[in-house]
Amino acid sequence: MPALWIRHARVIDPASRRDGGGDLFARDGVLVSRLTPAERRRATKIEARGLVAAPGLVDIHVHFREPGQTHKETIATGSRAAAAGGFTTVVCMPNTSPPADNAGTIQYILDAVRRDSLVKVLPTGCITIGMKGETLAPIGSLKRAGVVAITDDGDCVQSNELMRRALEYAQMFGLPVMDHCQDRSMTEGAVMNEGNVSIRLGLRGWPNAAEDLIVARNVILSTYTGAHVHMQHISSAQSVEILRGAKAAGVRVTAEATPHHIALTDEALATYDPNFKMNPPLRTERDRRAIIAGLRDGTLDCLATDHAPHTDYEKDQEFDYAPNGILGLETALAVALEVLVRKNRFTLPRVVDLLTRRPAQVLGLPAGTLAAGAAADICLFDPDESWTYDATAGHSKSSNSPWSGQTLRGRVKTTIVDGRVVFPLAAR
Amino acid sequence: MSWNRRHLITIEELSLAEIEQVHATAAAFKKILGRNVKKVPALRGKTIVNLFLEPSTRTRMAFDMAAKRLSADVIAFDAASSSTQKGETLRDTAENIQALNADMIVIRHAAAGSPLYLSKILNIPVINAGDGAHEHPTQGLLDTFTMKEHLGSLRGRKVAILGDILFSRVARSNIHALTKMGAAVTLVGPSTLVPHGFTELGASVSHDLKSALADADVVMLLRIQHERQGHRHFPSLGEYTSVFGLNKTRASWLSPKAIIMHPGPINRGVEIDSELADGDRSVILEQVTNGIAVRMAVLYLCAGHQPEHVIAATE
Repeated sequence: MPALWIRHARVIDPASRRDGGGDLFARDGVLVSRLTPAERRRATKIEARGLVAAPGLVDIHVHFREPGQTHKETIATGSRAAAAGGFTTVVCMPNTSPPADNAGTIQYILDAVRRDSLVKVLPTGCITIGMKGETLAPIGSLKRAGVVAITDDGDCVQSNELMRRALEYAQMFGLPVMDHCQDRSMTEGAVMNEGNVSIRLGLRGWPNAAEDLIVARNVILSTYTGAHVHMQHISSAQSVEILRGAKAAGVRVTAEATPHHIALTDEALATYDPNFKMNPPLRTERDRRAIIAGLRDGTLDCLATDHAPHTDYEKDQEFDYAPNGILGLETALAVALEVLVRKNRFTLPRVVDLLTRRPAQVLGLPAGTLAAGAAADICLFDPDESWTYDATAGHSKSSNSPWSGQTLRGRVKTTIVDGRVVFPLAAR
Repeated sequence: MSWNRRHLITIEELSLAEIEQVHATAAAFKKILGRNVKKVPALRGKTIVNLFLEPSTRTRMAFDMAAKRLSADVIAFDAASSSTQKGETLRDTAENIQALNADMIVIRHAAAGSPLYLSKILNIPVINAGDGAHEHPTQGLLDTFTMKEHLGSLRGRKVAILGDILFSRVARSNIHALTKMGAAVTLVGPSTLVPHGFTELGASVSHDLKSALADADVVMLLRIQHERQGHRHFPSLGEYTSVFGLNKTRASWLSPKAIIMHPGPINRGVEIDSELADGDRSVILEQVTNGIAVRMAVLYLCAGHQPEHVIAATE
């Protein structure tokens, strides 16, 4: 493989505190500080004037639906969507069919990744067998099979006792536990945030208290066991407040926020469009602002998309019956730039940090930096280019995005994994 | 002013003028209900499909009756024997009905937002006959029509809506209609079923029956939908009746000429005592009769006719 030479970029690498004009070099898929003159002559050169060169983006929350729901997405299509969105490392959730609660399923996923994926896909395993919240999954075997964390994402473990044991047990293997925080007894039949909008629309409400209770529970159990708990897709202002207190007290908790929860509120549901239906739901403007404040002061550690593909015929139903979830990978960077940089005056390096070094740090992944010696995983983007996103023409197998048809600003130009361009792919 | 609406999805989106147009049209149609031949040719040659995907007695029969009195052909969609049981989606069902040359669909559905969804898919008018806990616009229109018959203008009138507000589409449609018409609406019932958030819709919220009923011109009772709530929102029907049930003593708190309304079905002895339901102040059965006239008006207008032509249509 020829060496890689990216020229004239604005290189932003929060992990090595770098932000400035310069070049990037890679040899054999690894970033190096310089190339020999001979290597330079033969190198693949990418002119990046006017572009930002950031570490390949890292998303610790995606659903690639394989095995079992490959009508929605596959590892092949999901990885293409990731590459198109600038992501080079993604962590996929175990709510496949069957759920990834055993080493065999993890092996199946890893085989598919090796065969089909353009980017680095790291699996998670279930906390409990079948994600039923009753019996611990074989967490040690899952770890040996290659999971980077365990989670029952979508089906929050309801039993405090079982969650406590899961934390203690997983800690022995150094595995973080990721939790989708939802007290199910309070959300029966709920399809949107409980509040003034749900009252007006006559839809069943999912109160933020149901999230806050489990966030608080997890803070308490993390304090008690010393184990690391990562809270997925925080959507409520009070949850941010609980986490702020916990972090100040030194509790080992981390948390993520999604692009949709910082960009949208439950007011968007006025037309009952299922492409705004997800779990946890869009909440109020007050919650949205609190999440942005949480990202600003570090209470929330990173962005994660919760990329959740569903087919058009599954989404095209009565709002009550449509499944939860929206696409995220191809729009995450543009939405983050719009909301955080342009509307809330975050610096560009700060947003790059939230999409690279920090998510990698949450799960201890070897990703998210442009330091010499790291894998040459790179995202080149134009922070100002406007483009119109058409989800039906996107790379995901599904098209359930609230941003489809909208003009976004900030566009991924090139994505590189281990020194190879994976987006855009040359026509074959 | 002309009527420009093809669909009737919510009262929230109607203007006061549109509400008054429906009422005026309904008043004209009501006159023919007392005739020997209770039928006009206004919708002759049109086919209306009643797509009722949730149980209904009054609303379904009233729409059926209204369509027939306008000389439309009516097809009733029976959810139990239809393809929805075989997994057909609402979109496919509706597109098939349209392909069968129906001219209008009346839909009742347990899922809020379904009529709006259909109105975006179909080219024919869609009439909402109740969607989940969202709206039941023809009920709000017939309730306010009935109130006007008894009270004249509703401006400044005090209306108390009592019962299960949270799960009630009837309450929401009435709140929108009444506030547009200038009435003061007080919602009353247990705090678990009458959350404070309803004040955002322009109503007051109260949990004190006596002050809410004091000098009210109308009390509208809603059925306690015990089957929807499980047993979490209040301890028991007995406790509900003891705190919020309307009995003779409590009815005496109302304004002397106040009327008692209920969209049905009523649960005698739970939200209302039998003697009140059957008493002089009860207009419960008038509501049912007015339901035909109001639905005739809605079908007539959404089929593309103008309110000023209704007199000619009834001759």
